[in-house]
Amino acid sequence: MRYHPHTEADRKEMLAAMGMKSMQDLFADIPEKVRLARELNIPGPLSEQELVKHLGELSGKNANLADYVSFLGGGIYDHYVPSVINHLLLRPEFFTAYTPYQPEISQGTLTAIFEYQTLICRLTGMEVANASMYDGASALAEAVLMAGEAVKRKEILLSAAVHPECREVVKTYARGQGLAVAEVPFTGGITDLDALKAKLSGNTAAVVVQNPNFFGCIEPVLELGEAAHGQGALYITAVDPISLGILKAPGEYGADIVVGDGQALGNPTSYGGPHLGFMAAAAKLVRRMPGRIVGQAVDTRGQRAFVLTLQAREQHIRREKATSNICSNQALNALAATIYLCLLGKKGIRELAELCLQKAHYLAGKLAEVPGYRLAFSAPFFKEFVLKTPVTPALINQALLKDKILGGLDLGTFYPELAGHQMFAVTERRTRAEMDNLVAKLKDDIAAKSKDNVVAKPKDDVVAKPGGGRG
Amino acid sequence: MTNPRDLKYTKEHEWARIEGNRVTVGITHYAQEALGDVVFVELPGVGDKIIEGEAFGTVESVKSVSDLYAPVSGEVVEVNDNVLDSPETVNTDPYGAAWMIVVEIADPTEVDKLLSAEQYEEFLAEQD
Amino acid sequence: MTEQLVFELSKPGRRCLELPACDVPKAELSSLLPPGMLRDEIKGMPEVSEIDVVRHFTRLSKLNHGVDNGFYPLGSCTMKYNPKVNEDAARLPGFARIHPYQPEELAQGALELMYKTQEFLAEIGGMDGISLQPAAGAHGEYTGMIIIRAYHESKGEQRTKVIVPDSAHGTNPATAALCGYQVVQVKSDARGGVDVEALRQAMSGDVAALMLTNPNTLGLFDENITEIADLVHGGGGLLYYDGANANAIMGIARPGDMGFDVVHFNLHKTFSTPHGGGGPGSGPVGVKGFLEPFLPKPVVGFKEGKYFLDYDRPQSIGKVRSFYGNFGVVVKAYAYMIALGGAGLKAVSEHAVLNANYLMHKLKKDYHLPYGRICKHEFVITSRNQKGKGVHTLDIAKRLLDFGYHPPTIYFPLIVEEAMMIEPTETESRETLDEFIATMERIAREVEQNPELVWEAPHNTPVGRPDEAAAARKPVLSYLFCE
Repeated sequence: MRYHPHTEADRKEMLAAMGMKSMQDLFADIPEKVRLARELNIPGPLSEQELVKHLGELSGKNANLADYVSFLGGGIYDHYVPSVINHLLLRPEFFTAYTPYQPEISQGTLTAIFEYQTLICRLTGMEVANASMYDGASALAEAVLMAGEAVKRKEILLSAAVHPECREVVKTYARGQGLAVAEVPFTGGITDLDALKAKLSGNTAAVVVQNPNFFGCIEPVLELGEAAHGQGALYITAVDPISLGILKAPGEYGADIVVGDGQALGNPTSYGGPHLGFMAAAAKLVRRMPGRIVGQAVDTRGQRAFVLTLQAREQHIRREKATSNICSNQALNALAATIYLCLLGKKGIRELAELCLQKAHYLAGKLAEVPGYRLAFSAPFFKEFVLKTPVTPALINQALLKDKILGGLDLGTFYPELAGHQMFAVTERRTRAEMDNLVAKLKDDIAAKSKDNVVAKPKDDVVAKPGGGRG
Repeated sequence: MTNPRDLKYTKEHEWARIEGNRVTVGITHYAQEALGDVVFVELPGVGDKIIEGEAFGTVESVKSVSDLYAPVSGEVVEVNDNVLDSPETVNTDPYGAAWMIVVEIADPTEVDKLLSAEQYEEFLAEQD
Repeated sequence: MTEQLVFELSKPGRRCLELPACDVPKAELSSLLPPGMLRDEIKGMPEVSEIDVVRHFTRLSKLNHGVDNGFYPLGSCTMKYNPKVNEDAARLPGFARIHPYQPEELAQGALELMYKTQEFLAEIGGMDGISLQPAAGAHGEYTGMIIIRAYHESKGEQRTKVIVPDSAHGTNPATAALCGYQVVQVKSDARGGVDVEALRQAMSGDVAALMLTNPNTLGLFDENITEIADLVHGGGGLLYYDGANANAIMGIARPGDMGFDVVHFNLHKTFSTPHGGGGPGSGPVGVKGFLEPFLPKPVVGFKEGKYFLDYDRPQSIGKVRSFYGNFGVVVKAYAYMIALGGAGLKAVSEHAVLNANYLMHKLKKDYHLPYGRICKHEFVITSRNQKGKGVHTLDIAKRLLDFGYHPPTIYFPLIVEEAMMIEPTETESRETLDEFIATMERIAREVEQNPELVWEAPHNTPVGRPDEAAAARKPVLSYLFCE
């Protein structure tokens, strides 16, 4: 393939216009000793037809969620993505544009971001939202830095029930700013309130919890927030946007900064990216927010128009004093989220949240009846829950694969103390028949294993590790 | 616009009106013009201490931002809420309505280091 | 013409997307949720029909300008054509509908694609190891700079400063500060490169790294690059390559051979993945061998015929993002690289540089060219010749909108007054360039004859210039509902 349109005559004439003889003349300024004296070792070229065939083969080696029934969650969820979204995203005016720096020819993107910010404010119950971040994890890390700056303190208390990958990202970012991150343990699947109170002090910049937390459990959000505010710390919550269709908004329980992963809002799972992170906050924190923000303006003709605003916070103006180094946002993914929420509408978001809640509880109830399985935590949950399993989750998942079922996440890979625990996620896509089938398979499997009275140790190469050890 | 003769100036383009141990601080006409349309001013609170030569606040326009440097050291005793609410007054009336803070100074000799209007204008001429 | 907001199109009770009926026995909500956690219906959410949604966003799209609409010479952003076949590829169910926690055995195609992309980027950059985890260019910079910090710390050194040239992208100093470094700025010399003497002065045992873009933001290749590298390495510092301008050098010169230790690439610039109105991008980071242990985890490995996610990296900086980065973007960049092959990628850079030099050569007749030497993929001109008529760069940019062009990057780099930074990219034809040149000539004539026309531009766009100052003074950041 080639995507440049030049003919041999074009090249000759363009070079001649500049008094040059060859393409090499264009690179006369590059010192000989740093020039590459050979061709790049990259395969190709391929015709479009060959390319399509190759990519089809490569993608065919992956199990996909159209073919498999998935109970995997842990931050990425198999929600249904309505057809309208892709059709609209593929309008080239949206996906081949860049940052709306020229508002006169970018009102499409700017208006959509303004709607996105409004929808995020409505969902979270907060006053301001930015135009989106890379993902939920980096949004959480930026929220932590923002809190450290806002209250001029150096200690972060992070619940151990926050997504393990998010905690890693927070720790990476905190190090550069000299923030100390201490973890607050969980008990019974939720953040240990007494342990939090014991760790809180006048040095605490922020308390960070996730709700529903990594285990799917609903945290005592009001009490956690009161404890944080009691010491003058900010209260940061990471939330599942779908849960906000039915769970109380963070703005109503005192959150100062709210972040989350927006994948569930109309973005495909895509092996974990791209999607978006969202960030919302109390109005008083708006000038400390990272990232782009769109605001309303009036143009020279008296019309309403939208612009990038409060730009003096950002790196291209404030340079080393900027609130963050972030430059881009995840505009196209935020557009998907906006369209998704418009399609769901006021009634739909509520119905969707309730469907997930009801179905998850149905499956949890059925699985808890399977001999040897029991619910690990008694705390209330939303669409994910943890089971203690009679055999290692890796073996269970391996057995399920032959029926094209992706079983729940093996928690031992994230929490050594939770080896033998498995977390199931249930979205609106899971039917009762699929869930009943899962339950039946597990019953059969257990029956077979107890009959043989052995738990065979499989060969290494057939163990279905969910991505290997992640410590 | 001429710079008022009764004020003192800094090379960072702040002005200072000295009345006993009370010093009123703002930014100059030159500064507001260089910034363009001012959209936001951030100032310390009453009771905060500021230190001569160090940043005590910021002033933002749409496409730029500048630190405000303290012409003297002392305690902030008044803050102009009007300039916080209506930052555009920095453009329209930099030496009047857009005063920013009043500082009570500890060391009266500090003001000796400040520039007169003539010296400040000479400094501006050198910059061009 | 502007468009109403979706909230203004709403009508109580209107619906579109239907969800499946609940097929499990419903429990009482009060038995499932703790008291006080149940939310009322969310006020102010849209209530529209499907055709409302489709028409609303279709109308919004028409208010935008994209690469597919016309020429988009936005310097530093490499707004090249985005191949459509790559969009199809990223949407294949085997790429778009896979879960990051599904077993590696069932994701071998994805892992192979990532592994090979790592190899290709290492080859292009002259690097030894690559992480695909960073989600954007600035995110890649951040990752690269904390790798540098981790390296110095591993040697027991606490270096505190990072040097950036005064022509640098704003992300460079912002990144250094985010990593806890003090930023030291060095000036550029008369030829637009790093002032080597100033760099020599700035170097000390405190310097952790120099961050450099080469070709730089003026579009000029720094001819002293090996001397600069020796100077920084001699002081124990490392060299960071901002890959924003890599479209100029593919197959021609490699950052690794210039002496750089760390590099990031912008897949959304150099490797043709669409910018999406501001994202998603992808900013992979490459490092020389001695820095590989510090790469974020996981890195994709290959052993005994199987691809795997390598988490066993005790010296890793940890993670900068969840999962493995913007995989869907990586798919498109991979497709682009193998569609072109090694020779094709070199041809990309050659034609990008050809187009830029041709445009520069033609535009310098009417517009001031501050640095008159061969440029690479982009160049900077100014409105100095138009200043006498009271016309600024902003006015020229706005006038270009009337002719259906996206303007160049303006007022950057900061070291050039009234800058216009123009990057045509390789995918534009000579005819497109000639039309743009004719338009720029016409605007130069308008400035002479009728400057008001230029001051008051744009005239033909859906909205005129918005009052950005008023918007920033009293920010309205979401739709205010009347309830």
